[in-house]
Amino acid sequence: MKTLRNLATAAAIVLGTTVMAPAQTLNFAYDADPVSLDPHEQLSGGTLQLSHMVFDPLIRWNKELDFDPRLAASWERVDDTTMRFKLREGVTFHSGNPMTAEDVVWTIERLKTSPDFKGIFASWVSATAVDDTTVEIKTDGPSPLVLHTATYVFPMDKDFYEDGGAEITKHGDSFASQNVSGTGPFIVAEREQGVKVVFERNADYWDADSPGNVQTAILTPIKEAPTRVAALLSGDVDFIAPVPPTDLERIENDDNTKLVTMTGTRIITLQLNQERNEALADPKVRLAMAYAINNEGIVQKIMKGFGTVAAQQSPEGYVGHNPNLTPRFDVAKAQALMEEAGYADGFSATMMCPNNRYVNDFKICEAAAAMLAKINVKIDLTTMPKAQYWPKFDERAADILMLGWHADTEDSANFNEFLTMTPNTDTGRGQYNSGNYSNAEVDELTVASLTETDAAKRAEQLQRVEEILYNEAAFIPLHWQDLAWGARTGVMIEDVVNVMNFPYLGDLVIEE
Amino acid sequence: MHIIAFLIRRAIQAVIVMFVISIIGFSIQDNLGDPLRELVGQSVSEQEREALRDNLGLNDPFFVQYTRFLGNALQGDLGTSYFFKRPALSVILDKFPATFELVLGAVFIFVSLSIPAGIYCAINRESWLARIIMTGSIVGISVPVFLTAIAMVWLFGVELGWLPAFGRGDTYELPWGWDTGFLTWDGITHLILPSVTLSSIMLPLFIRLIRAEMMEAMGTDYVRFARAKGLPTRRVRYVHAFRNTLLPVVTVGGLMIGTLIAYTILTETVFQWPGMGFLFLEAVNRVDTPLIIAYIIIVGLIFVVVNTIVDFVYTLINPMVKLPGAKG
Repeated sequence: MKTLRNLATAAAIVLGTTVMAPAQTLNFAYDADPVSLDPHEQLSGGTLQLSHMVFDPLIRWNKELDFDPRLAASWERVDDTTMRFKLREGVTFHSGNPMTAEDVVWTIERLKTSPDFKGIFASWVSATAVDDTTVEIKTDGPSPLVLHTATYVFPMDKDFYEDGGAEITKHGDSFASQNVSGTGPFIVAEREQGVKVVFERNADYWDADSPGNVQTAILTPIKEAPTRVAALLSGDVDFIAPVPPTDLERIENDDNTKLVTMTGTRIITLQLNQERNEALADPKVRLAMAYAINNEGIVQKIMKGFGTVAAQQSPEGYVGHNPNLTPRFDVAKAQALMEEAGYADGFSATMMCPNNRYVNDFKICEAAAAMLAKINVKIDLTTMPKAQYWPKFDERAADILMLGWHADTEDSANFNEFLTMTPNTDTGRGQYNSGNYSNAEVDELTVASLTETDAAKRAEQLQRVEEILYNEAAFIPLHWQDLAWGARTGVMIEDVVNVMNFPYLGDLVIEE
Repeated sequence: MHIIAFLIRRAIQAVIVMFVISIIGFSIQDNLGDPLRELVGQSVSEQEREALRDNLGLNDPFFVQYTRFLGNALQGDLGTSYFFKRPALSVILDKFPATFELVLGAVFIFVSLSIPAGIYCAINRESWLARIIMTGSIVGISVPVFLTAIAMVWLFGVELGWLPAFGRGDTYELPWGWDTGFLTWDGITHLILPSVTLSSIMLPLFIRLIRAEMMEAMGTDYVRFARAKGLPTRRVRYVHAFRNTLLPVVTVGGLMIGTLIAYTILTETVFQWPGMGFLFLEAVNRVDTPLIIAYIIIVGLIFVVVNTIVDFVYTLINPMVKLPGAKG
């Protein structure tokens, strides 16, 4: 076995030198660096970006929002509540330990103890190692989301972490937050938090077919957007994200750089609180407000085209996306609806928005407030930094609150679970439903969709939910925030970026 | 002996300042936001967050939290940063060299430019160069520092491509653990833009101040007397007159240290300079309260130390000045 593997490695090296472009160094800049090296400490974009460099998931999303096998070579559904993953053989961790089913089971159990990840894994009741390369997952009921969830399983090196310390610590130092052993294409060579992380290519990487030729990758966090853009334009870095809307054109037009954009999946909404403001409890008033807000205009003028106008939560490509729902903007109709509802003279409402959370967040709110003024809804707008905004959001401190949401599971039901189901502190459903919108049918359909394994039926359920929300104007959908990456010409970033915003840098090719 | 009395007095003052600052810091921390939001992902339940809050002791009454903080602080522990997961004090001290070198760079620039420029403008009041300098200094005073910074980045970093626009470059670690950028060429080039930016706030002010003081000194009786005595012009100007302009300059300089610290926050943020100011702004964004409190306490200490040094410098420049509070 071992000789075979050595032979394979040797072959890969020989092939590598003839086929692949020469090894390259990638300097890249994000707006922040990962909080921790522990992939289970915080569920955030930064953590997942790091996980895809240092670890490998069982399976991962591809550009068509479909699944590609990674450490799981194949999978099969045994029955409604059981799924079996067959692991790839001959994969080793950075420490040299071989990766087995034991490691995968251990990782899943650890995920179930992480405050951030346990929610995603709630329906996985057990994970067992059937043999060295087979893992069996049991769910508490029929589950259509086993594969979605498996994209979050990045097998960790059990022996390595058990020796050093496997504890997940939110605050304070831990072994796992400073040391890492995964199977991924990169090894963390050096890390100075907030200053830089240096990655070196894993010489024993199992995926010999990966076209990636980045030998060293250096991540520098650059917080200020203009500085980040300047670093790219001056050639100090090869690749940046995110790109602020104001600089899109500049990067696109520069001869040495290119811009890669993609429709995102983060929906930006305004939630209308039916409990705080009685006018907002009237569906006609909510509809009038939806008609009064020109979200197309917001995307064009404020987002500079850097967004996709939305009429629902689910972006295209999600099962729940209902193609019949189109953006509405008609001030006359809005006024008529206000009259019908008995609010011809309008009413007053308070509104709160963050000013550093979403792209142009406070400008969007200012525009929305001005548009609502046209139908005599007088908005008292307060904006604040996100650190102060979230406690206010939890208090439901205003009649209208802004919320952006990206479904961690890349699935439509997630939107409903958190944003539109009736708030219930016991089940945690509707945790971000600040509007207090409640519709029994929406609740039922969403719950049903969580155990529906028939894809067509499930799509029908979730699309029906979107339709109800649309007809009742449960909230005001504005747009999906687009994603953008800027890169030096020759850095083939377009081949490895995706809508989840975790570029597969292991596969990145730099041409010279 | 009075120097020791003076130092003891100052040390007591420093302790009081830091104590007051810590109380203020502590009482505003609730208004900074919820640190838990920065520690956990979006879908973590409120119960889960509440449990973590309990765990971190954030639900304890103010008095309990403050006593605990004070107890630890007396043992040199200012708390553990939420983000860095290391003692806040050591995180800040790690960033100190970067800020110190940036300030030193800025001080070097504005001292070496403002003194000759100020004197020149005082002596050759009517020359075209003096007029340009004076007009330029008005513009310099009026432009906000972040604008200067961004303009610098665009001009020298992007358009001309002469200088690196972010970070500190290669540093060299001195034996006592001080990371210096002064000893590598890369480090020096990285220092230029941020320190020019930072000095841009002080430079116009000092040019105008030195000019005004110098003009005043040139008109005083002792200068006229020195001239009448037949001393060389050079000596009259640079020894007799100039020395007497220094006192107000040092006073203002000492007061401006605070401003300088405030502006390092802006400068460091734009240039992604890994110093204390940038660290502080990030800590505010992340609601990293232990780090915020530790930072303001340390800055308070720096103020007291700098003011003490300024008082010493006074006595060197002008023997008529006595150390405040010292009898003799």
